[in-house]
Amino acid sequence: MKLTVDGKIHEVDVEPDMPLLWVLRDELGITGVKYGCGIAQCGACTVHVDGYAIRSCQQPVGDLEGEVTTINGLGTPDALHAVQAAWIEHQVAQCGYCQSGQIMSAAALLAENPNPSDEDIDDAMSGNLCRCGTYPRIREAVKTAARTVRSA
Amino acid sequence: MGRLKTFTRRAFLIGSVAVAGGVAFGAYMVNKPHANPLLDNLGDGEAALTPYVRIDADGVTLITPRADKGQGAYSVQAALIAEELDVELDQVKIDPGPPSPAYWNTALADEAATFMAPGGGVGESIAYGALSAVMKTIGMQITGGSTTVPDGFVKLRQAGAVARETLKLAAAQKTGAAASELRTEAGRVLLPDGSSLAYAELAPIAATIDPPQDIQLRAPSEWRLIGKPMQRVDIVAKSTGTQSYGIDHKVDGMVHAAIKLNPAQIGPLIGFDAGEALKMRGVSKVVAVTGGVAAIADNTWRAFQAAEAVEAEWGPAPFPATMDEHWQALADSFTEDALDSRKRDDGDVEISIAETGEIISAEYRAPYLAHAPLEPISAIVRVDDDRAEVWTGTQIPRFIQNNVGKIAGIDPEKVTVHALYMGGSFGHRLEDEVVKQAAEIAVQMKGTPVKLTYSREQDMSHDFTRQIAMAQLRGVVRDGKVETYDLGIAMPSVVVSQMSRQGLSVPGPDSQIVAGAWDQPFTIPNQRVTGYRAPELAPISSWRSVGASSNGFFYNAGLDELIHAAGADPMEERLRLCSNPEARKVLEAVAEMSGWDGVLGDGRGRGVALTQSFGVHCAEVIEVSNTEYGIRIDKVWVAAEVGTVVDPVNFDNLVKGGVVFALGHAMNCEITYTDGIADQSNFDSFQGMRMYQCPTIEVRGLENGDRVLGIGEPPVPPAAAALAGAIFAATGTRLREMPFSKFVDFA
Ligand code: FES
Ligand code: FES
Repeated sequence: MKLTVDGKIHEVDVEPDMPLLWVLRDELGITGVKYGCGIAQCGACTVHVDGYAIRSCQQPVGDLEGEVTTINGLGTPDALHAVQAAWIEHQVAQCGYCQSGQIMSAAALLAENPNPSDEDIDDAMSGNLCRCGTYPRIREAVKTAARTVRSA
Repeated sequence: MGRLKTFTRRAFLIGSVAVAGGVAFGAYMVNKPHANPLLDNLGDGEAALTPYVRIDADGVTLITPRADKGQGAYSVQAALIAEELDVELDQVKIDPGPPSPAYWNTALADEAATFMAPGGGVGESIAYGALSAVMKTIGMQITGGSTTVPDGFVKLRQAGAVARETLKLAAAQKTGAAASELRTEAGRVLLPDGSSLAYAELAPIAATIDPPQDIQLRAPSEWRLIGKPMQRVDIVAKSTGTQSYGIDHKVDGMVHAAIKLNPAQIGPLIGFDAGEALKMRGVSKVVAVTGGVAAIADNTWRAFQAAEAVEAEWGPAPFPATMDEHWQALADSFTEDALDSRKRDDGDVEISIAETGEIISAEYRAPYLAHAPLEPISAIVRVDDDRAEVWTGTQIPRFIQNNVGKIAGIDPEKVTVHALYMGGSFGHRLEDEVVKQAAEIAVQMKGTPVKLTYSREQDMSHDFTRQIAMAQLRGVVRDGKVETYDLGIAMPSVVVSQMSRQGLSVPGPDSQIVAGAWDQPFTIPNQRVTGYRAPELAPISSWRSVGASSNGFFYNAGLDELIHAAGADPMEERLRLCSNPEARKVLEAVAEMSGWDGVLGDGRGRGVALTQSFGVHCAEVIEVSNTEYGIRIDKVWVAAEVGTVVDPVNFDNLVKGGVVFALGHAMNCEITYTDGIADQSNFDSFQGMRMYQCPTIEVRGLENGDRVLGIGEPPVPPAAAALAGAIFAATGTRLREMPFSKFVDFA
């Protein structure tokens, strides 16, 4: 089957019930997408499908409709997305393992609502677990990114 | 490899050694209690050291020996070296991995790994207990007690300073200028005539020069980097999905393995039928390992599916079947026979209690907890006839060498360990079951690298958890004051359980049983803290702040009960009892930050707690509201005395993270076992704190003195008690058992 990831078309030969997460990580080698729970509880595997944040561990690849964007396609070290730039400015990461998913959730939120209230931020981000406890910085970084997005 | 040139300072040497095209500077340990096996393997004229600075044609590389589990250790270590070396952090490469094997040795890596703890680490804490003696005998040389961190604070700066002065001598030799007229800046030696030489150019000459003796380290007033906000070296990678972790690592030709362990923790495998699993796509093999079966496939998900599909017969877990029995075992341990230590016994508790008609008494409980770093554990192992290689995120490379060597039937020295980036640890990666199991598989398919990845379910339900613990307190109050505090704490020994898996027995009392309780800065006329050793139950391990993680709650919450009975204010009475000037400043700081003044009213409440752990006094005030949806944690104020804050941003992040970690577990986390099987195996039943529950947290680091203490662990112990105090103030409900969600709702 064919899928479009980060603007590139890939052909993969896998079972249709294989979760998108594992197709991305093991078949396509896109390891910025993380495995944390496999049951839609942690958000580490968050990617965008046509701009919407989804948990790739719960998306059978056979049912996938739309183009996938991963953290690696959102921006790069040389061409940062506004959310990534804010994450760097606020030094959000500790171990960093959850941050791919956090950033993808925040980017989807801001694409839809560039002026989120604290409650909007909590709602959009509470499906993303951070075991290191970086939530206070995530909040600040989302607000900074929102300002960048609004002024762009 | 060149000859080792050294000078002596304290118990270590900063030496240099020639490497291809350049020079490396680093520490060499002396005062070893035993012969150095590394030196035995070296030929004449060869030497070995743990390098911190490498300068060659590629420029300057700072080598940061202490593993980074997410606490920013790499950046902090690099800054300490760069401070004296006069390089900018954006000019240098940071090499966190093992450098050239020519002069690397894991024994020295361990040694280096244990002394430097800018973010704190569970590894250090085991050094406080009976363990240090054991560690010495097996060659790990953990520096004891609180000297561990300050020693690293000196050592890395010293390495930078020695390298700098040696480079100056090299420049003097090359140009004929007097070394005293040379200055250094931004990776160059500046000559009197205004020209300059790059360190890289000077490296080959520097390799031939004896490092100068006894260089004075710069005064804090001269620091350029220490104490200023820094950008973490890995921050861009961690914000762009380009940081590679252990679970992301690939080795050519590797196969993927998944494991299904006996659901009854550490119970045996009796037999299995892999018929269904072997029919599945991509599955090549199913093999037995200790306590379980492993399925080998061509990707991770297929291996997970196949492991699930194996039918197996299991034996029982070697510990009680119900939690009631676990608690009973603890309750039965408050006896003279089980007395493990009584390190505090002021005044006379027994007489005071006997003389008083009215005593206050209560029982407290803390549950088993999983470490659950967000990255599940994994390891790649390849075993050949005469050597083995391991790639994994670990804090114990030396143990891994031994264990893999044993499984593969080869010399530990023939096992190379590549330590990879870790997506968190909290103590989880002080165990190496995943590596041993990967090695057991790998010996059954020699020459093929086997990557074993745990599913979240396997990781959580087979974690070696935080200790279960119980406390019994008795107390007397008189004239509005706390007069007598008798605290007994019972738990199994973490150190004994953890080391038994490394084949080591640990004699003597386990100071972790009373850590965070016996050594607190409060003077009470009659005060006694007794540790009782409960029997081994479920296997347990070091969990962020170890013994203090339960005892900080017990000690402070118990003290709160007495203060309340005395009719006193939790902050004022603590200040009155506080006999340590450093601790008092920390309490005063949180009182001032929070504007503490008595009762809040309106369903709101505040609590305060102070715990000294790992040498750090850390105080927290927590404010909650009792809302229609339950308790909401509104605000937290934290103050901690750490001597020197090396990086204020990282400090702030670690303290906040420690508070979130502690509160999340206090609110809603526990691991319970039914017939040996963990009842929780994923984040649906082991939640922790989520964003919407996260309070605002204000942090202040106090700096009295020229030293640096780790801050990764100290914010954890006081948090649960401050929360319980706040909930009591808001609702009148006294919480004596974690998780609190068993008794109150959280909004
Ligand atoms: S791995 Fe998908 S939500 Fe956790
Ligand atoms: S930074 Fe470690 S899990 Fe979020």
